Amino acid sequence: MADDPMIRLENVSKTFPGAARTAVTDLSIDVGRGEFVTLVGPSGCGKTTTLKMINRIIEPTSGRISVDGANAMAVPAHELRRSIGYVIQQVGLFPHRTIAQNIGTVPSLLGWEQSRIDDRVGELVETVGLDAEMLARYPAELSGGQQQRVGVARALAADPPVLLMDEPFGAVDPIVRKRLQDEFHGLQERLGKTVVFVTHDVDEAIFLGDRMAVLNIGGILEQYDTPETILAEPANEFVESFLGGERGLKRLGLLPVTGAATEKGPFVEVSVSPAEGRRIMEDHDVDWLGLLEGGRLLGWVDGSLVDRIPLSELEPRPFLVTLNSDSTLRSALDAVVTGHARVAVVVDDGMYRGMLDLEAIAEEITE
Amino acid sequence: MSLLAQTSPLIDWAWISRNMGQIVDRTWEHVTLTAVSVSIGLLLSLVLGLVALRWRWTYGPITWVTGLMYTIPSLALFALLVPIVGLNATNAVIALTSYTLLIIVRNLVAGIDGVPEAVIEAADGMGYTRRARFWRMEVPLALPVIVAGLRIATVTTVGLVTVTAVLGLGGYGFFILRGLNTFFWTQILVGVALSVILATILDIAFVLLERWLSPWARRAT
Repeated sequence: MADDPMIRLENVSKTFPGAARTAVTDLSIDVGRGEFVTLVGPSGCGKTTTLKMINRIIEPTSGRISVDGANAMAVPAHELRRSIGYVIQQVGLFPHRTIAQNIGTVPSLLGWEQSRIDDRVGELVETVGLDAEMLARYPAELSGGQQQRVGVARALAADPPVLLMDEPFGAVDPIVRKRLQDEFHGLQERLGKTVVFVTHDVDEAIFLGDRMAVLNIGGILEQYDTPETILAEPANEFVESFLGGERGLKRLGLLPVTGAATEKGPFVEVSVSPAEGRRIMEDHDVDWLGLLEGGRLLGWVDGSLVDRIPLSELEPRPFLVTLNSDSTLRSALDAVVTGHARVAVVVDDGMYRGMLDLEAIAEEITE
Repeated sequence: MSLLAQTSPLIDWAWISRNMGQIVDRTWEHVTLTAVSVSIGLLLSLVLGLVALRWRWTYGPITWVTGLMYTIPSLALFALLVPIVGLNATNAVIALTSYTLLIIVRNLVAGIDGVPEAVIEAADGMGYTRRARFWRMEVPLALPVIVAGLRIATVTTVGLVTVTAVLGLGGYGFFILRGLNTFFWTQILVGVALSVILATILDIAFVLLERWLSPWARRAT
């Protein structure tokens, strides 16, 4: 990753004319190909300035920035920018142009043929989850969430290897924001773009970033690492306080249930004898038994019923809390707590994968 | 008034039909003076506006000078220009043009300044050159405001053209001035009414032009 980064900042500083202090101070960051890096920090930490220096909306005072191995200062700014997708918080759609024209902006600047632009626009509308009938409308006719989808589509139009995003979901309401984050997360996994994403929202940074750069006032880099590592081992007090409370919980939000101590638990195939069922319950020291049929989860029965009747003739009850392998430990914990259940079972398409209880989750927190 | 009414009725329809030819001539004169003055005003304003946008420090002096011109009473300005250009159409056009500058330049600069910062930043970020951004983003978005300035300037000029009657020109002002001299009400009313009608027609025309140029603003919900 360090050998051939997509974006490299070397000792970059920025002092605005007339400003008493530097906005960004001697910053060096590498962003690997296909990597999603979030820049976080309090206001005044220079995160937006840093982002805007990559596509030269702001020119650095000193230092070197390279994109895809080439010095960013060596090409005219407008040419550099056509190869970098750019999304800003206020979206900045062109009010006098239709949605289709907005999305086709960069391809048309690059001189693509109209038919090729139309095809690409049609493709992108689906990619970002917009309705094709919106293409003929003007930006003012769309909701904030829809506008930002257009903003993302416009940034992706010429298929640039790099995307720069400046608090892109900051201006929409929380429910829409969560949906956009989820969708964009999935989109990024499919497209494999190199993304630099500015946010002041720690949770957003943790959720989206492969790595996060925590910046302090004056653009001083405090820590640059994976969210898991930063949450587990914050480099200093600033990072710790910036991450805020519930650090353990936030970390659980990053860990999949499959990575935790899921165990087989007291689960048996319905074909086994009741005696075998009783033995399994005793082994696990519980008074209930989970039933499977060819690996499929049927449910659970009360221990007192496991006697002489064949297990297949019992009526299993459903588990209160079921999750799938993609769920995070945080959602497992939340489900157990709100569902008043002792255990959560992990099921993928009906197939039983394992179970975990509060103890198993607690182990992860203290780790 | 009652004495006047006896000698000449308020509206002498016969006079109007007798003088139809002259009404058409004066209309042509009025429209021409307006069009020429506003057109020259627009051209000069474009130059001044572009200068003000390119070198921002000039905007203050430009508005100061055009503002000063705007405050000179029209009658006084005609008189001031007589020793320089004489008592003719040039005199009228110079004076009329000078009154349009402040309005058009101000709307031009305000229109460009009114383009949202986010649009500028997005255009830069997409890779527009500064020139392309100006002509393809800023100018189209400023057009409604610029046209609104043109509209005010035109309507104002239609009114001012009547004053050029003192120079022996004046389109409809000719009727008003002669009517006043001869206490002939029909002529005064014809001059005033036609001037108002012309101003209204041009006003509506510019509103339509403004809408036609910005379909995107109308369809906003």
